[in-house]
Amino acid sequence: MSNLMWLAIILAVLLGGAYVFRMVGQAATGNAPKFRDMGYGEAFGYVLGGALLVWAVYYYFQPQVAETGVPNAGVVFFRWAVQGFIIAAIAAFLFRLLGRTVGTAGSKKLFRSMPLTAAFGILVILIYTFVAIFAGAIAPYGQAEILGAANVMAGGDPALGGNPEYPLGTDQIGRDILSRLIYGAQNTVGIAFITTCLAFFIGGTLGFLASTLQGWLDQLLSRSVDVLMAIPSLIFALLLMTIASVWSVKLGIPLTIFMVLIIAVIDSTRVYRLARAVGLNIVVMDYIEAAKLRGEGLGYLVFKEILPNAMAPLLAEFGLRFCFVFLTIAALSFLGVGIQPPLADWGTMVRDLAPFINFAAFAPTAAVTPLLAAGAIALLTVAVNFVVDWMLHKTSGLKE
Amino acid sequence: MRSILKIVLQRLGLGLVTLFVVSIVIFVAVNSLPGDFAEAILGQGATPESVATIRRDLGLDQPLVVRYFDWLKGMLTFDLGTSFAQLNFANFGGAGSVTVAEQIAPRLSNTMFLATVTACIAVPLAVFLGILAALYRNTAFDKAANMFTLSSISSPEFFMAYVLILFLAVLNPVFPSLSNIFEGMPFGERLEKSMLPALTLTLVVTAHMMRMTRAAIINLLASPYIEMARLKGLSPMRVIVKHALPNALAPIINVVALNLAYLITGVVVVEVVFVYPGIGQLFVDSVKIRDIPVVQACCLIFAAAYILLNLTADILSIVSNPRLRHPK
Repeated sequence: MSNLMWLAIILAVLLGGAYVFRMVGQAATGNAPKFRDMGYGEAFGYVLGGALLVWAVYYYFQPQVAETGVPNAGVVFFRWAVQGFIIAAIAAFLFRLLGRTVGTAGSKKLFRSMPLTAAFGILVILIYTFVAIFAGAIAPYGQAEILGAANVMAGGDPALGGNPEYPLGTDQIGRDILSRLIYGAQNTVGIAFITTCLAFFIGGTLGFLASTLQGWLDQLLSRSVDVLMAIPSLIFALLLMTIASVWSVKLGIPLTIFMVLIIAVIDSTRVYRLARAVGLNIVVMDYIEAAKLRGEGLGYLVFKEILPNAMAPLLAEFGLRFCFVFLTIAALSFLGVGIQPPLADWGTMVRDLAPFINFAAFAPTAAVTPLLAAGAIALLTVAVNFVVDWMLHKTSGLKE
Repeated sequence: MRSILKIVLQRLGLGLVTLFVVSIVIFVAVNSLPGDFAEAILGQGATPESVATIRRDLGLDQPLVVRYFDWLKGMLTFDLGTSFAQLNFANFGGAGSVTVAEQIAPRLSNTMFLATVTACIAVPLAVFLGILAALYRNTAFDKAANMFTLSSISSPEFFMAYVLILFLAVLNPVFPSLSNIFEGMPFGERLEKSMLPALTLTLVVTAHMMRMTRAAIINLLASPYIEMARLKGLSPMRVIVKHALPNALAPIINVVALNLAYLITGVVVVEVVFVYPGIGQLFVDSVKIRDIPVVQACCLIFAAAYILLNLTADILSIVSNPRLRHPK
C-alpha cells in the first residue's frame, strides 16, 4: 500500500512541477511562443523526462556493492545496460562516419542520409555474418566438446565458482558457453538464412507463376495458401514437427532438415501472397505486353521482366521474413523440438541456462548467460528490423 | 442494414468453410504418421494381437474418410477421445482415465483468463500511447517510443519474459515468477500470479498496436477536414481525439483483433516460460510425447480461435467503415 502512496505523491509532485515549469518558462523567456503555446501535457512530458533523467544518473552512481557485501545487482545491470547503449551508439556513429569517408560515391551517398539506428543495424548484421562464417576460428573450444568441469559460473572469478579459462562458464554437462554462443551464430543464423532463401524460392516462384498465368493455377494456389494461413504458423509448425520427429527416426534423416522444409513451406505462403500481389501490378505493364508479343517464354517473363521490377519490396520482405523464420526456429528450439543437440543453438541454450537467472541477486554475472543467448537473438532481429524500417522509409519516399 | 447482414453472413460462411478445410488438413497431416496410432500407443510392447485389439478399439481398421467424419462428429459433440498418455495409464491399471475434453477444458479457461487480462492492459495502453505518439510526432518522445516498440516487436517472447523475471521477480520481488494457478484460487491471487505472463504478452502486443494506431491517425492528418478543424483553432489534442480518431477507428479495431489472434501463438512460449497451466503448455507437452489426440484437438482449437478473431477483425472493419458497408 505504501508503494501506491509513494507513486501518488510522486505523480502529484510531477503534475505540480509541470505547472511550475511552464510558468517559470513563460516568465523567464518573456512569454516566448514556445512556452506560451505549450500544452499542459507537453509540459508534463518535459518534467517527466527530466525527472527520469535525474533518477537514471542518480541510480547509475549508486554503489555497486551494498554495505553487507552483497552485490547491488540492480545497479550492476543498469550500468551494463547504459554502458552497452552508449558503446552501441558510439560504434554506430563511427561506422557511419567510416561509411561516409571510405568507399564508392554511391555508398558514401547512402551513408550520408542514413539514420543512426540503420547504421547500427548494418554494423550488427556485418558482425554476425563475420562470426557465423569464421566461428570455427574464433571459438576457443568445439561446440560439442565436453570439458573438465561442468556448471562453471560466468565471470571467470574463482571465488564465485568461475574459471578464467572459461570466461562465460560452462553448461550443465561441461561445454564452454562462449564457444557455444559463437557456434550458435553459425547454426541458428545459418539455418534461418537457408530456410528463408528456400521459402522465397518456393513462394516467389509460385507467386510470380500465379500472377503471370492466372486462371485455375492462380485460384488453386491462392485458395490453398488461404487455408494454410488460417492455421497459426507456430502451432502448425509444432504439429508438423511432431509428425516429422517420427519420420526422422524411421528414415534416419536429421530432424533439422525436416524443420527447414516445414518452416520454409509455412513461410512461403506469406511470400507467395506478396509476390503474387506485386506480380499482378507488374504484368499489366506495357513492357510485359511487349515481351509477350515478342514471343518470350514463361521463364524469361518471370526472371527477366517481373523479378527485377519486384526486387525492392521483395528485399524488404526478405528482411522481415528472415526475422520471423529466425524467431520461429528460436521458439521451436526453446520449446525443445527445433535444432537438436549436439548442435549449439541459442534457443536451446536459453532453455538450458534459464535457471541461472535466479542467482542474479547474489551474482549478477551468473544470470547473464541465459540473457546473452536470448539477447543474441533479439539483437539480430532488432538490427534487421532497423535496416528494413529505414529501407521501407527510403523507398516509399515517406517523409512524415 | 440488409447489406451488412448479408456481408456478415457471407464472411461467417467463409470462415466455417475455412475451418472445415483446416480440420481436413490437420487430420491428413496427423494421419501421415508412419505406422499407426496403435503402434505409437503401445511403443516397445507392441505384439500383433495387442496392436489389432487397439486398432479395433480406436476404429483404426475403418477407412480414412469414415474415421475423419467420426473425428469431426466427436469434435462437434466435444467428445475428443482419450489421450495416449491416459490410455497407457489405464492399460497399466490406472483407474478412471481422463478424456481429452476434460483435460483441455480447465486449461482453455486458464488461457482465456490470461488473454483477457492481457487485452485489458494492452488495448487501452496501446491506443493511449499511439494517440500520444501521433500528437507529439517527430519529437524525442516519438523517436524513443519508435525505437522501443521496434525492439520489443522484434525480440523473442522468451527474451522479454526472462528480462521481466529478472527485474520484477528476482531483483525486485514484486510478482511471482511461477504462475502455478489452480482451480478455486481467489481472484486477486490468481491475478497476481498471472501478472508476469500477462505483462510479457502486453509488451509484445502493445508495440504493434501502438505503431498501427499512430500510423492510422497520422495518415488522416493530411485530410482537408483535419486542416479545417485546425484552422478553427481547436487544440491539437481535440483535433486528434474528436476528428481523427473516429475515422481511424476501423484500422485500429482491425489491428487490435489481429493482435489478439497473435496472442494465441505468443501464449504458447510464454506459458512454457512461466509454467502457466494453460492450453499452450498442454499442447507443447503433448507434442513432446507425441500424444496425437491431444495435439490434434489443441491444434483445431487454436486454429478455430485464430480464424474467429480474424473473422471478427474483418467484420468489425466492415461495420465501422461506411464506405465498405455500402459497396458500389
